[in-house]
Amino acid sequence: MEGTSAVVVDQLTVHRGGNVVLDSVTCQVAAGSITGLLGPSGSGKSTLIRSIVGVQRVSSGTVQVLGKPAGSKSLRSLIGYVTQAPSVYADLSVRENLRYFAAIMGASPSDVDGAILAVGLKDKSVALVSRLSGGQRTRVSLAAALLGSPPVLVLDEPTVGLDPVLRRDLWEMFHELAGRGTTLLVSSHVMDEADRCSDLLLLREGKVMAQGAPVAIRDRTNTHDLESAFLALIDSEEAMAR
Amino acid sequence: MTVIPGGGLMNPRMTFATAGRVLAQLRHDHRTIALLLVVPCLLIALLAWVFDGQPAVFDRIGPLLLAIFPLVVMFIVTSVAMLRERTSGTLERLLAMPLNKLDLLLGYALAFGILAVVQSGLATAVSLWLLGLDIAGSAGWLLVTALLAALLGTALGLLASAFAQTEFQAVQFMPALVLPQLLLCGLFVPREAMHSVLEAISDVLPLSYAVDAMAEVATSSGLSGQATRDYAVLAAFIIGALALGAATLRRRTA
Repeated sequence: MEGTSAVVVDQLTVHRGGNVVLDSVTCQVAAGSITGLLGPSGSGKSTLIRSIVGVQRVSSGTVQVLGKPAGSKSLRSLIGYVTQAPSVYADLSVRENLRYFAAIMGASPSDVDGAILAVGLKDKSVALVSRLSGGQRTRVSLAAALLGSPPVLVLDEPTVGLDPVLRRDLWEMFHELAGRGTTLLVSSHVMDEADRCSDLLLLREGKVMAQGAPVAIRDRTNTHDLESAFLALIDSEEAMAR
Repeated sequence: MTVIPGGGLMNPRMTFATAGRVLAQLRHDHRTIALLLVVPCLLIALLAWVFDGQPAVFDRIGPLLLAIFPLVVMFIVTSVAMLRERTSGTLERLLAMPLNKLDLLLGYALAFGILAVVQSGLATAVSLWLLGLDIAGSAGWLLVTALLAALLGTALGLLASAFAQTEFQAVQFMPALVLPQLLLCGLFVPREAMHSVLEAISDVLPLSYAVDAMAEVATSSGLSGQATRDYAVLAAFIIGALALGAATLRRRTA
């Protein structure tokens, strides 16, 4: 394991259907950090996340999580993973979904109640997922990733479509988890979430544009907000290419 | 308890959890349960009515249908259920978790096996006691054969789902893969009376052995050597299809 990095990605290249989705990506996720993975849709965020979880076929390069190659059997109970689309059973209730995933993760049944509370679905616990709104389904999917308190959480756009109050509550929970030593990698295409992260990874067209603390990235680009910083980075890269 | 030890091909706790989850999904779907349980009974009653004047024909064909229904129904239900698992992202989530592939497959087999016992029990009871089906064998072996046929349907359905991208495709596998077996299994023409090419093909199709076994246990009391051999072949097909099905479950995808 490399110092205090929970995730180390080295020269990772992924092809899909003849296209380069990730182009020699090298980055780290510091242990106990909340690292925001930002970039426009199609930039390769989900592919990078799937590579870290170990479900993506990669062309070259390596991904290490907690010092082991991504996809190792022993990592499967140590990573909580939320896919971009809510991956829960629509024809089961919230509680039935979580009870099943808890059994698979080896989490105790009391974890189920904790996870339901954490995502604010206590009054919906016996409702069928198919009857829930999109945002509520996203939260069921998130709750499933919290079961068993895995030391690494990899969350692909977990706050899409949620109301601002709920989004704030979830980010508070993410900070609480990070405070207890959990490492979080959270992808988003909303720049205003970037300031809630301790570290940022900006991805565009399969390449890492920048990695660092939000303040450092703003300072380096001489900007006041991350949207402008992102644009400045794109401009300078295009200027260099010319 | 926090972490599950890594080793092993399967873990009974996860198999049972998966079976319980599949049954819970069915429990929420009352209409599917009603269709699964009632339709075979109605179809066999229809058959009895069609052969109203020829009880000997009903006595020959009736038991065969008790093997064919569970196989066909479980094939469709399983292939669609597994396809949903793939397209909804739950399969990716499960394969990123400490679940053995075999636990998933056996969980499905167990859940649908239980359902098949109930379905076949009902259809057998209706046939024997309401429709006057007359067999020399015992209802118990009839049920065992129906259960094996259902497990075969489930195992083949799990395998077939790997080759379907949409539910439309999955449903089309029924006529593509099951109907030919139905034509060649000896239901319409005894297998030994078919052209030798067709007989040879029917010799390698799994449904033939389910139908053979059913014909055997319906006409002889107790378990004959022939029926035992058919059971062995069925078991081999089930295990083979499950193993191939497990091989199609890739933890890493493109």
